[in-house]
Parts: sequence; structure tokens; C-alpha cells
Amino acid sequence: MIMTVEMMNSGASWVLPILIFLVFVYANIKKVNIFENFVEGAKDGLLMAARLLPYLIGIYVAVGIFRESGAIDILVNLLSPILSLVKAPAEVLFLSIVRSLSGPAALGMMLEIFDTHGPDSFIGRLASTLIGSTDTTFYIIAVYFGSVGVRKTRYSIPVGLFADFVSFLASVYIVRKMFK
Amino acid sequence: MNQIFAFLILSGILVASINGRVDVVVSSAISSAEAAVERAISLIAVVSLWLGIARVAEKAGLIGAMSRAIAPFFRWLFPSIPEGHPALGCILMNLSANMLGFGNAATPFGLKAMQELQSLNEQPDTASEAMCTFLAVNTSSVTLVPATLVALRASAGSRNPSEIVGAVLFATTCSTMAAIAGDYVMRMANKKFVKR
Repeated sequence: MIMTVEMMNSGASWVLPILIFLVFVYANIKKVNIFENFVEGAKDGLLMAARLLPYLIGIYVAVGIFRESGAIDILVNLLSPILSLVKAPAEVLFLSIVRSLSGPAALGMMLEIFDTHGPDSFIGRLASTLIGSTDTTFYIIAVYFGSVGVRKTRYSIPVGLFADFVSFLASVYIVRKMFK
Repeated sequence: MNQIFAFLILSGILVASINGRVDVVVSSAISSAEAAVERAISLIAVVSLWLGIARVAEKAGLIGAMSRAIAPFFRWLFPSIPEGHPALGCILMNLSANMLGFGNAATPFGLKAMQELQSLNEQPDTASEAMCTFLAVNTSSVTLVPATLVALRASAGSRNPSEIVGAVLFATTCSTMAAIAGDYVMRMANKKFVKR
């Protein structure tokens, strides 16, 4: 079965409406108090945005200074052999490194890219795909193993980083292919 | 993260001074901080909306339904877990919550899964094979509905916020397969070298 880009695009805009519809129908059948739970969950959203704020300020300021000073141009020149090999902008390379360390920081960086380049730019789409297809590898491994007192993590970190790397390459490939 | 943060700011200030544009440092820092606060306020809207819907789905038992659906696919990944052990249930709940994009709901199941796996572990200070497999799949991020991402794109003014869903599915499938393959290769290689 081969899905065309058009099919995927038009299908994708259906995903959320259908999901929300199914969730509400299912919740109704199960006699869950929809409105009360919605409000309860929305309260978590308020807390989450508040928790994210300090991270956002830190990342926005650091990236802002780095970009406006011209330091990013120097970095891009230095990295240009690698970047032209994988055909990815420098910001996204940075994003993929930050992603494996801190979720809020990576989210902040992605939003900064949206604000600067627009969510529908090549780099905006690439950043979205990268954030959607990876997770905070180092953080999860540290928290999960730490919670049960496992110190020797064996091959977990190399395997996790390998998957992140594959995700990076796959994201660059598919975004180039899907959006021309 | 600490080092990256310091690097961005320090190199920015250095380069700005060398280029004779020191004034840029303070002005860009302030305008960036303001942009961050504006962004955070618009975030409250989308994140609250989505977490509200996610909570309804969670209470309705959608995560449980999902985990029954994926059980046959994940059973074979964990040959060292005995049939019917609670560890597998926790792992499935964690992966289901992640697949549906309920990151917050996933963590408690994940930590419970680690406790259950630890009870099967012969060397408590060393990761067991099942733990490594679980974390390989978990950190590679198995996403079916990147809902928070779509909501964030919408709040940033995207014309078609969900257009990246297909790309995310492709990339996440590639990375999860890579994680499973990588984990398998490492597990087999370790078995060969460490014969107990």
C-alpha cells in the first residue's frame, strides 16, 4: 500500500477532530462526567504552562543572544560541511541535541523556531517532526533507572542515542520528501 | 543542558563584542524574554484545551483499551517476563499512554513498570534485559497522535497545523524499529560475551 503525500496531508487534518469525537462518544457511553474532567485537566494545562515559563525565558534569551550577535552564523559556517551532508539547518541540529536532555527546553527551542521562522517553514516543519518523533532519552533513562536504584544501565544509552539519530535522519528525509 | 545554555550566552556576548555590537546583547535578551512570556500565555490556551480532552479520554478508560489492542505486538518483545506478570501490564499502559500523546499519564505507569521489572531482576544494581528493551522502546517515542504538537503549531499560527502528522509517524516508526533492532543486537552480543 502506497500512501501519497496528498492523502497523508488531507487525512492528517481529520485525525484530531475524529479523535476528539471518539473520545467524547466513548466517555459518554462509559458515563464519565465529561465537563468536570475536562475542567480538571485544563487546570493541569494552566500549571504546565506556568512550569514551562522559566524554561521558555531561559531558552528564548539564550537563543536570541546567540542569533542576534551573529554567533550562529559562525557556527553555521563551521558546521556547513556536516550540515550540507545531511541537509539540515544548524538550529535543528542544536534542537536534536537539546531534545535528548530536557523536554521543556526542547519545546521552548521549537517554539522559538516557530516564532522566528514560522511553523510552516521548512525548518519549522522539521523541528515539529523531530520533536514529535523523539523523546528525552537521557532524562527518561536517568529517572526510570534512578527510581529503582539501578546504576549500571548497560547498553541503554547507546541504543537510545542510536534511535534518536535514526529519528533525526528520518525526519530530515521525510520532511524534504513531503513538503517541496 | 547547563553547558549548552552557558555556551549560547557566552559565545553570543563574545561574538557581539568582537563585531562591535555589544548593545545587541541586552536588547535581544529583553525582546526574547518578552517573546517568551507572550508565548507562554498563548500556551495556556492550547495546553489547557488539550489536557482537558486528554483527561476525559483517560477517565473513560481509553488507555486501557489501547493497551489491550497493542498487547499481542509487544508480548514477544519481552521474553524474560513470565506470562501474566503485572510488569507487562504496566509496560503496555505506559506505551499506550505515550502513543495517545498523554505524556503526563505515562510516567506513573512507567515508574510502576520499572518497580515490577526490578522485582524480577536478579542483580538489583544492574539493568535487566527487559528493562533495557522497555526503555529502548520508550525513549524512541512511539507516537500515534502527536496532539500537543499539533496544538502548539496551531497556536503559533500554522495554516495547517496537522500537516506534520504523517511525517511524525514515519520518523517515529523508523526510530522505534531502530531501537528494537539495536536493543536486540546488543542483547544477543552481550549473551555471547557474558556466559554465566
